[in-house]
Amino acid sequence: MRSETALVLRKLAEDRLALVGLLIVLALLACAVFAPWLATFPEAVTEFNPAHRLRPPDSVYLLGTDRLGADIYSRLLFGARITIAIALVAVGVAVAVGVPLGLIAGIHDGVASNLIMRLADIFLAVPQIVLAIAIAQTLGPSLPNVILALSATFWPWFTRLVYAETRSVRNETFIEATVALGASPARVVCLHVLPNIVSPIIVRITLGLGFTILTAAALGFLGLGAPPPTPEWGRTIAESREYLPDAWWYAAAPGLAIFLVVVGFNMLGDGLRDVLDPRTRRAGRPRD
Amino acid sequence: MSAALLEVQGLSHRFRLKDGRAVRAVDGVDLAVGAGEILGIVGESGCGKSTLGKTLIGVLGADDGTVRFEGAPIQNLDGTALRAVRSRLQYVYQDAGAALDPRWTIGRSLDEALVIHTALPRAERDARVRETLAAVGLHGDQLSLYPHEISGGQQRRVGLARVLALHPKLLILDEPTSGLDVSVQATILKLLVALWKQYGLTLLFISHDLAVVRSICTRVAVMYLGRIVETGPTAGIFTNPRHPYTKSLLAAVPLPGGRRVIDEAWLEGEPPDPLDIPSGCRFRNRCPMAQPLCATDDPTLRPLAPGHNAACHFA
Repeated sequence: MRSETALVLRKLAEDRLALVGLLIVLALLACAVFAPWLATFPEAVTEFNPAHRLRPPDSVYLLGTDRLGADIYSRLLFGARITIAIALVAVGVAVAVGVPLGLIAGIHDGVASNLIMRLADIFLAVPQIVLAIAIAQTLGPSLPNVILALSATFWPWFTRLVYAETRSVRNETFIEATVALGASPARVVCLHVLPNIVSPIIVRITLGLGFTILTAAALGFLGLGAPPPTPEWGRTIAESREYLPDAWWYAAAPGLAIFLVVVGFNMLGDGLRDVLDPRTRRAGRPRD
Repeated sequence: MSAALLEVQGLSHRFRLKDGRAVRAVDGVDLAVGAGEILGIVGESGCGKSTLGKTLIGVLGADDGTVRFEGAPIQNLDGTALRAVRSRLQYVYQDAGAALDPRWTIGRSLDEALVIHTALPRAERDARVRETLAAVGLHGDQLSLYPHEISGGQQRRVGLARVLALHPKLLILDEPTSGLDVSVQATILKLLVALWKQYGLTLLFISHDLAVVRSICTRVAVMYLGRIVETGPTAGIFTNPRHPYTKSLLAAVPLPGGRRVIDEAWLEGEPPDPLDIPSGCRFRNRCPMAQPLCATDDPTLRPLAPGHNAACHFA
């Protein structure tokens, strides 16, 4: 498996778009981890300076200041932490719920399988953002509730994907041969089915992180995210509306950040999809 | 013939279609396999040879009939009981490459059989894998390769090694030589005979290649449309076939310098639809010897010579 990972990374390095995507994602991670050191005003999250409110970008306030006089650049960096936390936890929960359900539904025929898939269909029938708004609104605006709303609307995508992939893999001869050899169902599913469908799951996770960040920003924009003064990107754009178009930097900075991160995850996801495609992988694998 | 290792009576497997009809792929098979035999099962494509093999090992369920292995019934077992049987009764897939997980190295796939069926520590499993690998003529350095990195012949050897590591009693080989070059076929056949002796195996050799069956099998069962229509010692079947279907099968084998196949072959048309098997004898629609009796009475296997049975009223 190690050589396979190395090969995937090498092929990824040849894909310029995917590489740019990877760099953007790594930059986002760096911003989140090193926010206190990268920020020019680390106290900007909680301390405000009304005298300097709505300053345009200059050498002191790199991206200008907001309505309370806080440095937007510094707040963006801390906002990256929230963005990443929301996306990782929400997608993580969706994977933890959706993948096992998809495996169960894909392996079995019958009532359990039908129940799971119809439940997934019901969730998918409502547009994700509408459902997330409904859930977040009902539970009240807070960070855990946003995460819950996003997970609750995202798991069916994994269930559907894993279900379809499992259905196709379970008809492969090597699955039947493993059963004939005497392997238990748990062994077949965990050691043979799951590893053979992990590539599309990874791609879906990558794309899903970008999509979740976008949805989380939308919820923040609608006031359903963390309460102020949390430096959440969507909320910052919402705050900036009354000061447009004069304070253009106020909306532009978080808007650009969201745009870049979402595009970054999408480019990385598309690149991974190409690299992890078994046909291209097989053609390219060196003999050792 | 020694005591039967595997005894099959009235075994059936039906594939149900969505519209409620059923394909009778295996339809009342009677068969006995003696310990130490190489029994060839021959028949046209689609006659149910592979389905029979898969029903015997329990990958497909038996709708009717019994399968006794070492005296105990094994049809429709599950769980631990089935696993216990499977360490002694194994199936080797026709497409050996597809029967190996593409993401697992050869070594890991070989080891898996032992992980499932034995409690051996890692070092002993390793030793067993290497010993079996040597028996099928492969090298230890091939253990780290992936299935698509080795040739078709090597894949067959790996498929054999995988089940041989368990030291089974009975192996069901599904078309072990199909899709291989003739030279590779010969080496695989030689290998099979060598392994048969070395491991004291009993082989159920499913094939449509009569020449191969003739060269390796001690006994032959001819299958037609889901049922065994003739069984007998290889020599008896090939020199004195009794069932008209067997006769036409043998007549269809081209011989260098012999008469043109077309002059002797009786067999016309396709086998009937297994959704709609004819009344009486299932071969009567294609049989040159068919009489009115054949349309009403379904012939069963009856002894014609020592160890030689055929299911025909006029054999």
